[in-house]
Amino acid sequence: MQDLSLHLLDLVQNSITANASLIEISIEEDKKEDWLNIVVEDNGKGMDKETMEKAVDPFYTTRTTRKVGLGLPLFKATAQRCGGDLKIQSTVGQGTKIQIGLKLSHIDRPPFGKMEDTIVSLILCNAEIDFVYSHKTNYGEFILDTREVRKVIGELPINNVEVITWIQSYIREGLNEINGGVL
Amino acid sequence: MKTLKELEEIRQRTLEEVNLRKDRKGTRVVVGMGTCGISAGARPVLLAFVEEIKKRNLQHVTVTQTGCAGVCRLEPMVDVYMPDQEKVTYVNMTPEKVKRVVAEHLVNGQVVKEFTIGAVEKKD
Repeated sequence: MQDLSLHLLDLVQNSITANASLIEISIEEDKKEDWLNIVVEDNGKGMDKETMEKAVDPFYTTRTTRKVGLGLPLFKATAQRCGGDLKIQSTVGQGTKIQIGLKLSHIDRPPFGKMEDTIVSLILCNAEIDFVYSHKTNYGEFILDTREVRKVIGELPINNVEVITWIQSYIREGLNEINGGVL
Repeated sequence: MKTLKELEEIRQRTLEEVNLRKDRKGTRVVVGMGTCGISAGARPVLLAFVEEIKKRNLQHVTVTQTGCAGVCRLEPMVDVYMPDQEKVTYVNMTPEKVKRVVAEHLVNGQVVKEFTIGAVEKKD
């Protein structure tokens, strides 16, 4: 994966497959502590302990179309390469929480990439799911909650291209503001 | 700065068009978004469809995703489902190719044969 936003797009596919109706993506950049926290939490069907342990094994997947499952292992490898790790917490019937921590200034840390593209891709293709994306830096916090967007657009579908394009620019501008224009 | 007021305006402007065309049978564009698809560039392909659909105001086209079809080496892959037509699978897609697929296939109904799985597999 070229950047963190693509890792995230990939990671969230697991929550979608787990039939989540609410997926929360939280990013916290702490420049003072030089640490980056990424959390993806869903209310999907969850995993038992055995599945949870196998989930980071590249040769484990629930897919039948191929024999490898690289999403989680690749993200874990990226985190470990940057002095951090990826941890899974999950309860059957309640949901799954993936926590990734890594050193913000690590030379191998991939750039964030286009977070707005990842979020709108998720919303576009999964209009029935609600997403909360929060991104915190030392300068401020940006939050997008699709439940709030739905309140404004009413009966207009959230995956309408006009709405999607609005969300995309909204995120881009919001992130610019909390980053001073640098991602 | 983007505001919620703008979103409200989009609602009023767009809702009429959506209702107007509800009766038209829809075209479905499905992009493969497995790990293989994403790492091969599915996201820019998906968003290129959005951009072209917006530019041409194609209200009857919906874009959605699927997982991995098992032919990871041909990703990014895109399936196009049009009413009364067989499914068409495009492979090794790029945002540039998307422009042609939208113009020739989605708008004019002519399959871009050279980008389809049949044509590409024969070449290899």
